[in-house]
Amino acid sequence: MIAFWILAPIMTIAALGILFVRKAVHAALLLAVVMISLAILYAALDAPFLFAVQIIVYTGAILMLFLFVLMLVGVDASDSVVETIRGQRVAAMIGGLLLGLVLVIGLGQISLGTAVGLDEANDAGNIQALANILFSHYVFGFEVTSALLITAAVGAMVLAHRERLTPKSTQTSLAAQRVRDYAEKGTHLGPLPTPGVYARHNAVDTPALLPDGTPSEASISRVLVARGTVRSAPALADDITVIEGQIGGAPHAGRQSEAPATTTETTPATGGDHQ
Amino acid sequence: MADDLSMFGQDAWWVIGLKAVFIFLILVLLTLFNIWWERRVVARMQHRIGPNVHGPFGLLQSLADGVKLALKEDIVPKAADKVVFVLAPVISATAAFVTFAVIPFGPVVNFFGQETPLQLTDMPVAVLFVLAIASVGIYGIVLGGWSSGSTYSLLGGLRSSAQMISYEVAMGLALVAVFLYAGSMSTSEIVAAQDDLWFGLILVPSFVIYMIAMVGETNRAPFDLPEAEGELVGGFHTEYSSLKFALFFLAEYINMATVSALATTLFLGGWHAPFWIDHAWAGANEGYWPLLWFFGKIMFFIFLFIWLRGSLPRLRYDQFMAFGWKRLIPIALVWIVAVATIRAISLDGGLDRRYLMIGIGILAVFFLVLFFIGDRAEAEDTTEPAAATPGGFPVPPMPTGGPVRGAAQPLTFRTSSTVTGGDA
Repeated sequence: MIAFWILAPIMTIAALGILFVRKAVHAALLLAVVMISLAILYAALDAPFLFAVQIIVYTGAILMLFLFVLMLVGVDASDSVVETIRGQRVAAMIGGLLLGLVLVIGLGQISLGTAVGLDEANDAGNIQALANILFSHYVFGFEVTSALLITAAVGAMVLAHRERLTPKSTQTSLAAQRVRDYAEKGTHLGPLPTPGVYARHNAVDTPALLPDGTPSEASISRVLVARGTVRSAPALADDITVIEGQIGGAPHAGRQSEAPATTTETTPATGGDHQ
Repeated sequence: MADDLSMFGQDAWWVIGLKAVFIFLILVLLTLFNIWWERRVVARMQHRIGPNVHGPFGLLQSLADGVKLALKEDIVPKAADKVVFVLAPVISATAAFVTFAVIPFGPVVNFFGQETPLQLTDMPVAVLFVLAIASVGIYGIVLGGWSSGSTYSLLGGLRSSAQMISYEVAMGLALVAVFLYAGSMSTSEIVAAQDDLWFGLILVPSFVIYMIAMVGETNRAPFDLPEAEGELVGGFHTEYSSLKFALFFLAEYINMATVSALATTLFLGGWHAPFWIDHAWAGANEGYWPLLWFFGKIMFFIFLFIWLRGSLPRLRYDQFMAFGWKRLIPIALVWIVAVATIRAISLDGGLDRRYLMIGIGILAVFFLVLFFIGDRAEAEDTTEPAAATPGGFPVPPMPTGGPVRGAAQPLTFRTSSTVTGGDA
C-alpha cells in the first residue's frame, strides 16, 4: 500500500506531463517514468517476473525505439501549436470527454471483489507457476502470438528489403577504386587535408593553407561553404604588420610581447554548427 | 520446485544499511583500483612504467585524478537541454550501482552477530533484474548524447545505445542455457547449482558468447566504437566535464565490474572455491573466505578486459553490428535449442546418452548433405531478366541477370610493372 501511495501521485503527474510538455523527448522520458513506476507496482504486488519483463520490453526496447526516432527528428524539435486540420482540436476534446464519460459509466457499473493477492498462485514459485499455465492452458495463445510476432518481423524485413543494383563495395574495392582514380584522373590518393593546417586557427571554418599560401578548398566542409561561414585566409592576415612590429620591436622580450597579439585575435565564430 | 529465498528479507534494518554502504564502498574502491590496474597493465604491455608516484606503487594516482576531475569547471553547453543534461549521468551511475544488489558475494556468514547471506537481496528474477537495470542504464547514455546539443554526442549516443541493445540480446540468449541447467533465475540459486561443476565448463558456447557480448555491452575495446576518437571525438560524453563526466566514467568502470561479477556468478561458480579446493579443505567455502575467490574471479575478468584493450584494434562499426546480429545471435539461438533438447531428453530419462550422440551425428550428417545439395540447386537456378517496369511503376530496370546477390565479387589485382611491392 505504501508503494501505491508513493507511486500513484508520481505516475499521475508524469502522465499529465506527457500531455503538457512541449518537447517530444521530454514526453518520452515521462512515459518511461510511468512505465518504471508501473513495474515497481508489479513488484510490490508479488509479480516479480512481470516487473522485470515490463522494464526490459517496454522501457528498454519499445520506448528506446521511440527515443531513437525522436532524437533523429531534431534536437530542438518542439510541438507546433498550429492546427493543421480545421476543427481538430474541438473534435479531439469532444472525443476525449466522451471516452472519459464512457469509461466512468462503464467502470462505475462493475464491482470488484476483495483482493486476494497472488499468494495462492505463487505457491510453487512465481516463474514456475507462470510457466505452468503458459505452456499448458494458454499454450495455443502463446504460440499464435509468437507466430504473429514472427510474421510481423518478417513483413518488416520484406518491406525494408531492397534489391541491390550494384555490388556492395567492400573496403578492398574502395581502396582499389581510389588507386584507380589516382591513376586515371589524378585524384589525390590520401585523406583530405584537415582545416587550419598552416593557417592561424585550426577551427573547422578556417581553410588550410597550401605551400604557396592559397587556401585549400578540400580542407573545409561543403556545408560551411554553402552557408558562407568560411573565413578567408587574407582576412586573418590583416594584423600581420602589427604582430611583426611587436616581434621586431622586442625580439628578446619573449612571451610578454606576444600577449597583446593573442588578445587581438577574434574568437572563432562557431557559426550555427551546434546542431 | 520454488526457489528457496527464505533467508533473504529477514535482516535487521542496520544490517541492510551496512550491506548497502559496503557495496557502495566496494564499487567505488574497485573503480579506483581498476583504473590504476588498467593503466599499470597496459603500460607493462607497452613497455612503459605507468603511474608509480602517488602512494605505494602509484595506487593513489586514480584518487588524485578523481579529485582533480571533480574540482574542474563544470561546463553546460548553450545548446544543451539543461534538465536532461544533468539527469543523464545520474541515471547512468545509479543504474550501475543498483545492479550489484543481487550479486552474491558469499554464503551465509556471521555478520556482526547476525546470520545473514553476503548479498543485499535476491529475487526469483534476479538475473532478469540485472538485464532490466542495464537497459535503464542505456537511457543515461542516449539522453546524455541527445541533450548535449552536439552532433558528435548525438551520433555517439546513438551508436552506443544501438550497440548495447544489440549485444544485450546476445547476452540474454547466452544466459538462457544457464537458466535451463540451474532451473532458476535467482543468483543465489544459480551459484548453489554450481556446487560441483561450473556452468562455464558444461556450457562452453554460452560462456564464450557471454564473454564477447559483455565486452560489447560495456563499450570496451575492441568494441569501443561509441568513443572512437578519430570519428566522434569522445562520443556521447564529448560535452561533459567535471563531476558529470566523472559519473559517466564511474558508471563505465562499475559496469565492467558488474558484467564480470555476473559472469563469475553464472559461469564460474560464483563464490565457490576454484579447482575443487573445497574437496581438500572444507573451510574454503565457509565464512569470509569465499570473498577471496569471488573477487579473484572478478579480477580475472577485469584483466581480460584490459588485455583485450592492450592487444586489439577497434572494429569497424558495420562489421561489429553484423557480427552481433548475423553471427552471435543465430549461434546463441541454435545452441539454446540444442541445450533445451538435450535437457528435456535427459530429464525425462527416456533415452540413453549413446542414442543421443548417434542422433546428433545423424542430424549433423543430414545437414551437411543438405548444405551441399542446397548450394548446387541455387547455382543452377537461372534468373530470367526482370521486366523493365513491373506493375507499371516507373522503377529503374534491373541489371541483366537479376539483382546482385551477396557481397562484391572477389577482387583480382592486375599485375603491373609500375606497381612495386613496397607502396602502401
